[in-house]
Amino acid sequence: MTDTSLSAIFAETAEPRLATSAINKATLFFLIVTVVGLSCGVLAFIYGHHTIYHNTREMPWGMLISTYAFWAITSTGLCIYAAMSHVFGGTRMGIISNRMVWMSIICIMAAFATIGVEIASPHRMLLYNILSPNPTSNIWWMGTLYGLAVGCMIIEFAGIVTGLARVALILGIMGAIAEVLANSCLGGVFATLPARTYWYGAQLPIYFLTAAFLSGAAAAVLFNFLAYKIRDEKMSPAVLLGVKSAGKAMTLVLILYTVATFWRLVSFYVGGPELGRTAADALISGPLAINFWVLEVCIGLLIPIMLIILSRLENVSMMALAGFLVLVGQFVARYDLVIAGQIVPQNMGWDGLPSYFSYVPSIFEFGVIAGGIGVVAFGFLIGERLFGRTFTQKEHH
Amino acid sequence: MKIEELEKEINEGTESISIEERRKFLQMGLAVTGIFLGGSVLSLTSIAQANQNSPDINIPIEGQYPYTKHYSMVMRQNRCIDCEKCVVACKQTNHIPDAHDAYRTAIQERLTTENGSERREFRPVLCNHCNRPPCVRVCPTKATYKDPETGIVLMDYVKCIGCKTCMAACPYNARYFNEEKYAIDKCNFCLDTRLAAGKTETACAAACPARVRIFGDLKDKSTEIYRLLHMPDTKIWVLRPDTGALPNVFYMNA
Repeated sequence: MTDTSLSAIFAETAEPRLATSAINKATLFFLIVTVVGLSCGVLAFIYGHHTIYHNTREMPWGMLISTYAFWAITSTGLCIYAAMSHVFGGTRMGIISNRMVWMSIICIMAAFATIGVEIASPHRMLLYNILSPNPTSNIWWMGTLYGLAVGCMIIEFAGIVTGLARVALILGIMGAIAEVLANSCLGGVFATLPARTYWYGAQLPIYFLTAAFLSGAAAAVLFNFLAYKIRDEKMSPAVLLGVKSAGKAMTLVLILYTVATFWRLVSFYVGGPELGRTAADALISGPLAINFWVLEVCIGLLIPIMLIILSRLENVSMMALAGFLVLVGQFVARYDLVIAGQIVPQNMGWDGLPSYFSYVPSIFEFGVIAGGIGVVAFGFLIGERLFGRTFTQKEHH
Repeated sequence: MKIEELEKEINEGTESISIEERRKFLQMGLAVTGIFLGGSVLSLTSIAQANQNSPDINIPIEGQYPYTKHYSMVMRQNRCIDCEKCVVACKQTNHIPDAHDAYRTAIQERLTTENGSERREFRPVLCNHCNRPPCVRVCPTKATYKDPETGIVLMDYVKCIGCKTCMAACPYNARYFNEEKYAIDKCNFCLDTRLAAGKTETACAAACPARVRIFGDLKDKSTEIYRLLHMPDTKIWVLRPDTGALPNVFYMNA
């Protein structure tokens, strides 16, 4: 593709109205946040991951793993809704699906950026994932499938902006299948560890998929709201219908997710090993209780449900706020899940250990989290600027 | 035959039964009893009994696993006095970095109450070199693997990407991040530092003054470890049997 045709494409897709000083400044700001934030992770390669991050032998996974899971899960959700709209056509979300494909790519990029600085030797991963694959490893499948998914989605998106509808459709389906399988393997990473009673069990992969449908719908509502906010423009009736459909999906999955969370926790109190019960106690009344009750349950589940009821799916600002709160709740929920699985000493009762290990993320871990948010915010703004008109067009097929 | 019809029959009494028929009946009774008795006698010496009747504790039997040698360890737990000579010997032999988190073996302790008086109990721990190792299954690049020759769970450091899934998967907290190798590290039963040089014991077992740790090849019936694991009336247990990892480190009080 030559420069001429590239500029021809951008002439078709770009949104010159967004080339304002304020948007430019915001884009630059989030680019700086991305660079500074991810630099915190780069420091780990200079000074050692073990000194920069607060992971320990007993709690090898921390906030970076949970944040990776959060972005990966959100990406899966966005990708599934977009593919469903593309495949089945006629759904009201079709009109906003191009933006969802773009944001799905951006969210998985944030996930990759986060895990890329968490893993001690990512260069070995690139080499030995190919030279020495382990087919029984969930991590191997997850990495491979997410890699495949992002490849498919990038080609799909290229198909969307160049008008190759058939390519976009086929790659969109392949990308969505890869995303669902990858998400399932991500759940499986935790669900197939009998040593970690709080994670082990058949529910978790389905729980992760439910979380994907929840985060994906919430992100769809929020990003579409923001897209029109920065344009200072009202949504067209068709776009409004698409956003309302996403809002409906969010409401439905909020209820499903709340039910799944309830039974997941109840299951630890009706019997089973003490390790699982003690881990659940960490959320109910222990060191993760504020996270759980205030951020996960109130801010992430109950207030969004109330806001959606109050909005009657008409008030988009209120739905967008609900979407934002759902994403905050989901972010904390991933953190609580990852931490609760490791917080109880495996040799409970020995060495005079307390019931819970303590883990507080380091300033560098918070830096990387900010970097991930920077990736998503920068990606959103640059996407609107370069492909904004593609996002508001009718579909190509 | 119907009960109503049987009721109409006249009772012949036992007098009319021939001696041959009585003998046949007795023989049948003895045969039935013998089968059950023989079965229970056999089961007394079966592996189920050696395994303390717990399906979770799998003392390997001949031909069960494909390794040429089957290295294991027995911990005679009540002999441990927490002198930590094993920990020091392991650190020196295997060049463990001097970091808080870095160790291949440790001694855990707790206070218990026995007959009304408090007693301090010590428990040595290390990698259990499981027969169904969760760490090996989860590793994306086969950086950790089960050695087909010895059954020891080993590390191929250059392949380790440092995802730490093996650490999360291990039920025994047996793995640590080796900052010098920049990879996950673990006990390898001194395969490279002692066994390769022809020594028959691990550094920790050799250093133990109380002979708590008995190391050896389970396939060799002349070894002490084989004898200990097949002593009648000895209670044997493993750590976290519920995980199904089938560990190769066995505990007993002997």
